Amino acid sequence: MKNARIRWHILVFLAPAVLVYTAIMIIPLFNTLRLSLYTEVGQERVFAGLENFRTLFGDPRWSASFWNALANNFWFFIIHMLVQNPIGILLAAILSHPSLRFATLYRTAIFVPTILSFVIVGFAWKLILSPIWGIAPEMMDAVGLGDFYQPWLGLEETSLTTLALISVWQFVGIPMMLIYAALLTIPDEILEAGECDGVTGLAAFWKIKLPLILPSIGIISILTFVGNFNAFDLIYAAQGALAGPNFSTDILGTFMYRTFFGFQLQLGDPHMGSAIASAMFAIILIGVCIYLFGIQTRMRRYQF
Amino acid sequence: MNKARRNPVNMIAAHGILIAYTIIALFPVVVILINSFKTRRAIFREPLAVPDAESFSTIGYQTVFNQGDFFLYFQNSMIVTVASLFFVLLFGAMAAFALAEYRFKGNTLMGLYLALGIMIPIRIGTVAILEMMVATGLVNTLWALILVYTAQGLPLAVFILSEFMRTVSDDLKNAGRIDGLSEYTIFFRLVLPLVRPAMATVAVFNMIPIWNDLWFPLILAPAEATKTLTLGSQVFIGQFVTDWNAVLSALSMAILPVMVLYVIFSRQLIRGITSGAVK
Repeated sequence: MKNARIRWHILVFLAPAVLVYTAIMIIPLFNTLRLSLYTEVGQERVFAGLENFRTLFGDPRWSASFWNALANNFWFFIIHMLVQNPIGILLAAILSHPSLRFATLYRTAIFVPTILSFVIVGFAWKLILSPIWGIAPEMMDAVGLGDFYQPWLGLEETSLTTLALISVWQFVGIPMMLIYAALLTIPDEILEAGECDGVTGLAAFWKIKLPLILPSIGIISILTFVGNFNAFDLIYAAQGALAGPNFSTDILGTFMYRTFFGFQLQLGDPHMGSAIASAMFAIILIGVCIYLFGIQTRMRRYQF
Repeated sequence: MNKARRNPVNMIAAHGILIAYTIIALFPVVVILINSFKTRRAIFREPLAVPDAESFSTIGYQTVFNQGDFFLYFQNSMIVTVASLFFVLLFGAMAAFALAEYRFKGNTLMGLYLALGIMIPIRIGTVAILEMMVATGLVNTLWALILVYTAQGLPLAVFILSEFMRTVSDDLKNAGRIDGLSEYTIFFRLVLPLVRPAMATVAVFNMIPIWNDLWFPLILAPAEATKTLTLGSQVFIGQFVTDWNAVLSALSMAILPVMVLYVIFSRQLIRGITSGAVK
């Protein structure tokens, strides 16, 4: 009967983590999905089926905001993919050069923005780009580009891109570090074998190193995707809950916050908020699935 | 040997790019810090100058100390961060030990269940979390934040720590068992000290997002008594938009604690990231 004995210590070891995780993360997640199927009539919560989603996608007032937020969110993500990750890879490639001096110093300094809070980052850039203070226009004047200065954060056409670039500035340290780590694991023998065949310098990067760090680039892409699609803090800190000017920087996170928490005269609506959260959940889930099944399984991994 | 190693032009270009980017990375921080110590007039007249005897002023800091309760905010942030890290590490290590050490039915399934949270952000469930906190009366208490951050940190902690626990030698644990140590003693006395480096990695990974989070303090604990430093500086700056001295000083004071933490832990953090803990 030895096998039938309950090993209590396993339960004791697992219980706290599983309980907290289930109670605070998993149950609320499913509850939020469930709440999106309800609505409030009078003071009571009644089941409404897919009514909230019909409003969200069908009612022009809601759907315009939703598609605007979603499109902005995709643009936010695209900027990160096109700017943050290539810069990160470039910096990592330079840093991983074996005879580079002061590498630790550079690495530590370039990582500094990543540890700052969104509030600091948002306000610091707001001040620097502000036409009132004039740091940005003056500096551009000094290099002869003064005519190109515009209050980028205040203009509808440029504010989202500006915020995305500020976010890139903040987070470039993460791809840099991850790629740097991946580059360090490439054994010298492989690079030396390449050198014997005349593959050096840039060619070595494109033909040997880049294929070997592709899995890390995949991980960075999915981390960027998940991070961008539940982003909120930077936009809120820099532009407020209204994601101005004229909602041009509204992304799903700020849209959900306004909807369920309410702002100014609009009352909070937890059910519509849940519907938006469910849409975000679906988007993130699709992205993660594409990565797990479409990209990760097809990627070749090399064992050294 | 690599050709580039002998090529000074390439080396200069490499340093050039790195120096340029380092300046881009540090410039805004430096501008905020130096201007927080200047008079209002100097801030606008020569924003890039270092404060000198004439332009030096701490008027902004005085406003911050008189108007904002930054010590309280700082204390709240400290309590929330330290307590969350404590629970993440304790509960995470215990669960990781159970998953790595014992074979039982549902082991793999439990591992997958706990790993779900690595990819799905906890923010998606905010609406229900808020309702739950209101129902249990935890809203506007630091406990609400501690619980949320514990749940948020656990998945990655369990994942990283169980990888490390698998590398602890079985002989050591079995020797302990033969000596009659209970499973609890083996965990706390033998295994925990051995995975201390991995615990440090997990702690540093979790510390910065918790300290910097704006979303949950804003929604779960916006009361004056429970504001964290991040939320407190956000609100303070929002109220003092036109008082540039105060805004710059508040920003500098928000930068300071993270910078101190970063200087202390940067080696741990960078080693943690580069050791492939996130793979």
